[in-house]
This record gives sequence, structure tokens and C-alpha cells, in this order.
Amino acid sequence: MKRGLEGPPPEDRPTPAGRRNKQGIRIDPEVEATHEPRRTVISALVAHEPGVLSDVSGLFSRRQFNIESLTVGPTKDEDRARITVVVEEPDPGIDQIKKQLRKLVPVISVRELEPDAMQRELALIKVDAEDPAQVSAVADMYDATTVDSSPETATFEITGARQKIEAAIDTFGQFGIREISRTGTTALARGTEETAAAVNATESTATEANHDKPYQTANDD
Amino acid sequence: MSERAAKVTPADEEEQDDDQITDSAAPDAAQEIDAESETTPAPVTSGAEAVVRALENAGVEHAFGVQGGAIMPVYDALYDSDIYHVTMAHEQGAAHAADAYGIVSGKPGICLATSGPGATNLVTGLADADMDSDPMVALTGQVPTELVGNDAFQETDTTGVTTPVTKDNTFSSDSDTVGSDVSEAFALAGEGRPGPTLVDLPKDVTNGETDREPDAPSVPETYEVQERADEEIVAAAAERIENSNKPVMLLGGGVIKGEASEACREFAVEHEIPVITTMPGIGAFPEDHELSLEMAGMHGTGYANMAITHCDTLIGIGTRFDDRLTGGIETFAPDAELIHVDIDPAEISKNIHADYPLIGDAATVVEQLTAAVDESPEATKWRAQCQQWKSDYSMAYDAPEDEPLQPEFVVEALDEATDDDTIVTTGVGQHQMWACQYWTYTEPRTWVSSHGLGTMGYGLPAAIGARIAADDDQDVVCFDGDGSFLMTLQGLSVAVRENLDITVAVLNNEYIGMVRQWQDAFFEGRHSASDYHWMPEFDKLAEAFGAAGFRIDDYDEVADTIEEALSYDGPSVIDVHIDPEANVFPMVPSGGDNGQFALTEDQL
Ligand SMILES: Cc1ncc(C[n+]2csc(CCOP(=O)(O)OP(=O)(O)O)c2C)c(N)n1
Repeated sequence: MKRGLEGPPPEDRPTPAGRRNKQGIRIDPEVEATHEPRRTVISALVAHEPGVLSDVSGLFSRRQFNIESLTVGPTKDEDRARITVVVEEPDPGIDQIKKQLRKLVPVISVRELEPDAMQRELALIKVDAEDPAQVSAVADMYDATTVDSSPETATFEITGARQKIEAAIDTFGQFGIREISRTGTTALARGTEETAAAVNATESTATEANHDKPYQTANDD
Repeated sequence: MSERAAKVTPADEEEQDDDQITDSAAPDAAQEIDAESETTPAPVTSGAEAVVRALENAGVEHAFGVQGGAIMPVYDALYDSDIYHVTMAHEQGAAHAADAYGIVSGKPGICLATSGPGATNLVTGLADADMDSDPMVALTGQVPTELVGNDAFQETDTTGVTTPVTKDNTFSSDSDTVGSDVSEAFALAGEGRPGPTLVDLPKDVTNGETDREPDAPSVPETYEVQERADEEIVAAAAERIENSNKPVMLLGGGVIKGEASEACREFAVEHEIPVITTMPGIGAFPEDHELSLEMAGMHGTGYANMAITHCDTLIGIGTRFDDRLTGGIETFAPDAELIHVDIDPAEISKNIHADYPLIGDAATVVEQLTAAVDESPEATKWRAQCQQWKSDYSMAYDAPEDEPLQPEFVVEALDEATDDDTIVTTGVGQHQMWACQYWTYTEPRTWVSSHGLGTMGYGLPAAIGARIAADDDQDVVCFDGDGSFLMTLQGLSVAVRENLDITVAVLNNEYIGMVRQWQDAFFEGRHSASDYHWMPEFDKLAEAFGAAGFRIDDYDEVADTIEEALSYDGPSVIDVHIDPEANVFPMVPSGGDNGQFALTEDQL
């Protein structure tokens, strides 16, 4: 065993009283407050160029952000695409996602949508159709449209908020579900508010990161 | 010659006569410009020429690389350029050399490689530069566009492979715009938070005809950087500083990259605030200054770790709070309010929550703070405490003559034998830590090491890049480990060919020592694959390459041999046989409490 340096050993040194939590926030060790993950929708306006989707999805996977769904499509401007990501993370994680997305050069602007934003998802649900009458009664209940039917199966298209689709899948479950395909959520802000606008991208980055707004508590849609 | 336009490139100056010959054949517009300046180079005719023109326009003087089929058109265009190309022995070396060149010169370093294996050999160097935010541009050849996606010979999805390890990358698809792609990559590499960028160049695109001159280097519209921090937060931070009793400044690599060392020094001295650096921040503040506590973190000094643990206000500038610095988050500066200055908003509150987030250019924000702080903090007791810690946990070591040579002694001896502006590069391992701890750094851009990625083999190619960027009268010293040196020592052939005056000191313990140290501490001394008793004799190996070789076994050989090696005009290698059992202390075990650093093995 090699000798080391001189000096008071660890047990003879004073230690401070404070502590930080896993997110590096100073806490009162008596009342430990950790941030619970919450589900939220992030909308990014990006340059419509090859590789941008892999830039974005690669960012999520290498930083281990928990991604629920990701959709992408063109916008009214043919040089721009919109990526809508639903994530479930604690507040500091959500902040990081927004900041990291903004760092990607092809990303024009990024915004987290308010919980009241319009959120829609499309699902195709293929069920056993042994009891057509009952199946169609359930379909009516959820405004589902029949897109295909055969003697053994019926396939419905259903759009709506995630909860509605999940409820429909639950209810259809009684007939036996053969297959499901879902698109994931796409979303827009309400009213005149812009979802993720091309203007003032940096200004918003700066103000958001600069303004130390208190983190919200967990809030599931 | 004074009437020449500002844009004179070295190429123009020497090839004036050629230019005049070309002029007579050039179109009218070009002739008019030439009449004024006599310096307009011949118009570009191919994508490859546009690539080289973009580099020339950006003021590039040196590039590092290796030839190959897909990059040949670019090399052909380089043949006529005054950019000095250093042919490396391996592309990894080209990337590290370009990286070090960028650190020392402050301008992006350039590296070139062919497609496939050439490009993949760059990946480690790109990742290294990315982690350390070093400005660098990589130009890679690619198979012709029509073969892309077909698993053609030497094809790799280079942009795909390098996306996670570059700041930005581009697949160039048009001879008309390829030059502008390179200009943009150059601008992006250096602007804001620096980093490596890459342009992938399909052979048909570089071979293709074009007469389009590249645009001037500029970043895309979507990329904007905030220079000045929010005045309100600056004011609040200033108030916090004025009211603090235990303030500490923590200077990271961003201080050096943002040319903020001078402003930080003035601020610290004016308000008598003790200064700690991160490992990349070494050189930002003179380590021989009374206020300096040197480096904190895993192998930082005891006094820096005590101060960072007990401060009430931490002014972190250009640092990303890497886990090697912070140790466990829970116990990192747990009583401190954090003022965090960074140009990258994503660094704010990423690891440690910032109470005063100041986004902006380090030099600008420190000037803002300087203007805003009216009164110095009342911290006499705190400074006395820091001095006390400095003597309690001094970095003094024993070096008995009758025991094996201690590495610390060698580092200090080399430091003493060289000037203050000497550049130090290193590999990764124990030797790197001794080079941090026992060399006294006083100037920015004199410490060149692999921090974030921790790349063994970085030292020699970095010394090559640093040598080429450095002033002629600056010494370049590389501390390497035996294991690290073995990874990229083929670069010696380059150093010999270019007659680069560098001195490599291999701190040879016939172990991959840092691993052996951890095995001793955490794996019951089971030396699995860390025993390197099959090391070559590095002095003889150096001679085989055509370099000067030296060997040191004992204390009494140290001074003279160092003198000889330093005075040799060309690359020299000193194989320094150190105590194989020597370990690095202090040490904070990973995830541990910085204030609980171990001074001896049994405190771990
Ligand atoms: C490319 C690479 N491979 C593996 C490692 C893991 N590693 C870190 S330190 C170290 C030992 C380095 O040994 P050496 O270069 O001889 O230096 P010493 O610690 O003996 O000074 C190793 C293997 C690394 N950092 N880089």
C-alpha cells in the first residue's frame, strides 16, 4: 500500500448541513421534495430537410428521455415541418428536452403546449365481429367510423384525445381485439396563440432559461 | 503592397505572377477587381475547388488528414492551395491534432479523411472535441451520390454515425453549394458554444463542375446566440455576491474558449474572491496566485474541494458541472447559491440548479457583473480559511532518493526547466492527473488534454496539432502514459517528418496505472488486464522512428536528461521509469462527497 498526502482525515473535517436532490436543487433534507414525472406535449417547428427526424429522435434516445409518442408532418410552409412529441418527465427533464431540442441547428422553435391545447390521435382498431350489432353500438358510442369489415372482423377508425382512444380500446376489448395501429398525438395551441412560431426563437430560449419560474407540480392530462 | 484588399491570403501573395497570367484570360468582371487588388484568385471550376476556397476565405492555414479515394478531388484542389496540409499516420491523430490546433489557436482546426474507414477513424476525435466544446471542422469524402445507400465500397453513413458526436453535420449534395456548406460548417464550429462540425462530400459533388464561389462563413438563420445576460438577473447576482461571506469563482473551459480569462482575473482580484478551476478551465487563472485554489473534483486539490463544499456563493463560469467535478450531486456545494454563466442555455440547471442563470458570452457577462458589483463581499475569514486548507492539505509529496522515482518529481522538474507559456498535452490516466496537479499553469491555452471523453492516445497527436498552432518560441511538452502512448505512437513518424520540436515524457509504470489504482481500491487488487509488462523500450522505439530517445530510471538522471531532450531540435521521447505502484491522491471516489476526499488508500 502506497502512502498518500498529509492532512486531517475525512472524519475530522466539517461537513455542511445542506443537501441537493437528484436534480441538483437545494432542498430541506427534512422535507425532501422530488419532482414527479408529468405528461406534456412539446411542439417543434423544424426545417423540412433530410435527417431532421433522426436528429430529433436520436437526441431523445441518447439522452434517455422517456418519449411517449412522436409525430411529424408538413406545415403550411413547405420548408417547415412540425414535430409533436409527448413526453413523460419531471419538470427539470422537460426543461432539458426543450433546451436540447433548440440546440439542434435545423430546429426553428420549440414550445411546450398548455394542457388545454387541442390534442388528437388517430387509431385503427381491428376487432372480432361475431356480434356485429353490439360492435357497432360501441363504435357509435365513440364516433368510430367503419373502414373495413369482413365476416370475421371489423376495423374502425377513431380520432380524439388519448383518453378517448384508450377508453374505446378498453370497451372494444370485450369483443376481442385483433390488431391496433395508433399514430401518436398531434397538437395545436388554442385560438390565436401560435403553436411554435418561427419568430423570436432565441428570445424565448433566453427568457425561458433565464427566468427561474417555479416548477409546476405533477399534472397528468 | 499596402493598397491590397484586406482579403489577401498567403496563396495570393506568393502566386502573384501566376495570377497575372490567369488575369488576361479571365472574364471582364474579374479583371476589374484584379485591376484594383491584383489578388483575386482564379475562379473555382469544381466543387472541390469551392471547398478549398471556402477554407482559404475563412483564413485556414493548416489542415490535418489522410488521403483516400473519395476525398481525392479535395486533396487535388489542396495541391494548388497555400494551406499547409500535415499528412497524419492515422485519422484519429488527424482529428486530435485539429482539436488541439483549435484549442491553442482559438480558431477551428481542420481535419480531412476519406469515406468509410477514414471517416469512422475520425469518430473518437469528433466525440472528444464535442465533449470539450473544441472548435473543429471535419471534411469527409463520400462515395458518389448514386452509390450512396448501396453498401458501396468504403461507404459508411457518416452523417448518421457522427450525429451524436458533432455539433452539426451536413451531407453535401450539390457542387454549387458545397463550398457554402463548408463555410457554414466553419462558422458554426467557432460560434457560440464551439464544437466539431462535419461536411460529408460525395465524390461526384466535389468532382462536379461549378463556378459558384462559396458564401462567406456565416451561421444559419436558425442559429442565434445570446451575448448579453438579462440585466435584472445580473443585478440580482451582483447583490448576492456583495452579500456573500464565502464566495468562490469556478472557472471552466468556457472561460478560456470565450477569451474571458482576463476579465475573470480582474474580477477575482478586485473583489478578492478565491478561484477554483475545473480541469478544462486550467490556465484560466494563474495557479501561483494567492487566490488560486487550483482544480476541484475527483483528483482536485483538497483545498479546492473543501472550498467548493463549504462556499455560500458559487460563481460558475463556462462549466457544465461534469460528474468528475461535482462528485455526488447531493453533497455538491450544498449550501451554495449558484450563479451560472454559460453561453449554452441547455447547460443551465442541467446538473446543478442555477439560482441566478446568466446566459451569454463569458467575457461579456463577466463585464456586466463587474459593472454591477459595487462592494466587495465581506470574506476575510473565508479567505483565511481557504489559506488554512491550503496548508492543511498541501500537495507536498515525499521523494526519498533511495526509493523508486516518483512521477510528481518529474512533472515539477519539467515545469521548472520550461517557460510559463509552455504548452502541455497529455494522454489519459494517472500521468494526466499528475500533470494537472504538479505543473503550475499560469496562461490560458497552455493546457491541452482530453477531459470529457477521456481519450487515451490523445497526447501525441495533440502535441503535433499544438506545435503547429503554437508560437515558434513556445515549448510543447506531452506527458503520456505507457498505455496511452502505445495507442497513437505512429504519430511519431509525422513529428519526425515535419521535424516538430516536441518533448514526450512517457511516465512509464508498466501498468495501465489508473485502472490498476482502481483495482487496488475497489477490486481487491485483482489486476485483470492492467499489467503491461510487455511494454517496448520507448527510447529505442523513438530512435527507430528517427526521433531522439532518452531514458530515466533514477532521480539523479532527471535534470540532465530533461535538459538534453528539451534542447534537441525535433521530437524527443523520454521513457521515464517511475514507481509502478505510485497512485494519485487526493481522490474523491465516483459519486462521492467532494469534501470527503481520500488522502491515502485506506481512506477510500
Ligand atoms: C481509449 C481509451 N480506452 C480505455 C480507457 C480507460 N482508461 C482510463 S485510464 C486508463 C489507464 C491509462 O494507462 P496509461 O496510459 O498507461 O496511463 P497511467 O494511468 O499509467 O498514467 C484506461 C485504460 C480510456 N480512457 N481510453
